Amino acid sequence: MALSSIFDVAGTALTAQSKRLNVVASNLANADSASTSADTAYHAKQVIFQTLNLGSSADKGVKVSAVVDDPSPMHTVYEPNHPLANAEGYVTYPNVNPVEEMVNMISASRSYQNEVDVMNTTKSLLQKTLTLGQ
Amino acid sequence: MNETLDGVFHYYQTAISLRSYRQEVLASNIANADTPGYKARDFDFGSALNTALKQPLASMNAQSGNVSGGLAMTQTGHLPANPALSLSDAGHLPGNPVLDPVGHAMAQASAKLQYRIPSQDSADGNTVDMDVERTQFANNAIHYEANLTLLTGRIKDLIAATTS
Repeated sequence: MALSSIFDVAGTALTAQSKRLNVVASNLANADSASTSADTAYHAKQVIFQTLNLGSSADKGVKVSAVVDDPSPMHTVYEPNHPLANAEGYVTYPNVNPVEEMVNMISASRSYQNEVDVMNTTKSLLQKTLTLGQ
Repeated sequence: MNETLDGVFHYYQTAISLRSYRQEVLASNIANADTPGYKARDFDFGSALNTALKQPLASMNAQSGNVSGGLAMTQTGHLPANPALSLSDAGHLPGNPVLDPVGHAMAQASAKLQYRIPSQDSADGNTVDMDVERTQFANNAIHYEANLTLLTGRIKDLIAATTS
């Protein structure tokens, strides 16, 4: 069925967008996780989207090909009294940018809603096709 | 109404197949709205419909053998599983009902997918403009429904003609 393969396409996008939302949630949750050094600190994660070929040439889904660490530098704050401060008195905080994450979250949520709309439209089209001639 | 039943349905079937194919293409564009480097695609419905309608019914049914991939006939006496009778005479009607895989193959053959020209370029090379895609998606859905309504009307006419 041609129309029902839209469910596969939209389904892959729903999965991908929810993974993106999950990564945003992890980043925001760990925005203030302090650490002694950059190696042990939490690194902000980013998802990489890639086109996924499904069956026919028309159907192009999307998948998360990789979840990568954000290469931007860590935030170091001078807090000598902090229990996790290093020898010089600096504490390392993750390179999470809350503003970027919030924007990313809204974008993911909008894309997710778009996919749900696509599925609802397709569902109503299929239902109308089933009642053809009545 | 001096046309065959096949002829009556052929036009609507072709249009609906192409509409559902276009719906797939547009859904793929919407799904890839955030994929870097993805190029949005679409096709010209009018010219695709013209191309598809120029294909004779018989050639479409010949394609169906390849698409549905039925059992191989090892003996000449075997009857085919799906009754694809050979069309030895031009007057023969194809015995094989045109099922969806055929419509899909037909749509793929006649619809020439083209890349959309972006109105605003993006840094990641993605050319999906959500406003355009959503508008076209809704537009295509309405046309699909309109086709169904017209076809239903046609079926009702035929039922009225045969039962009165």
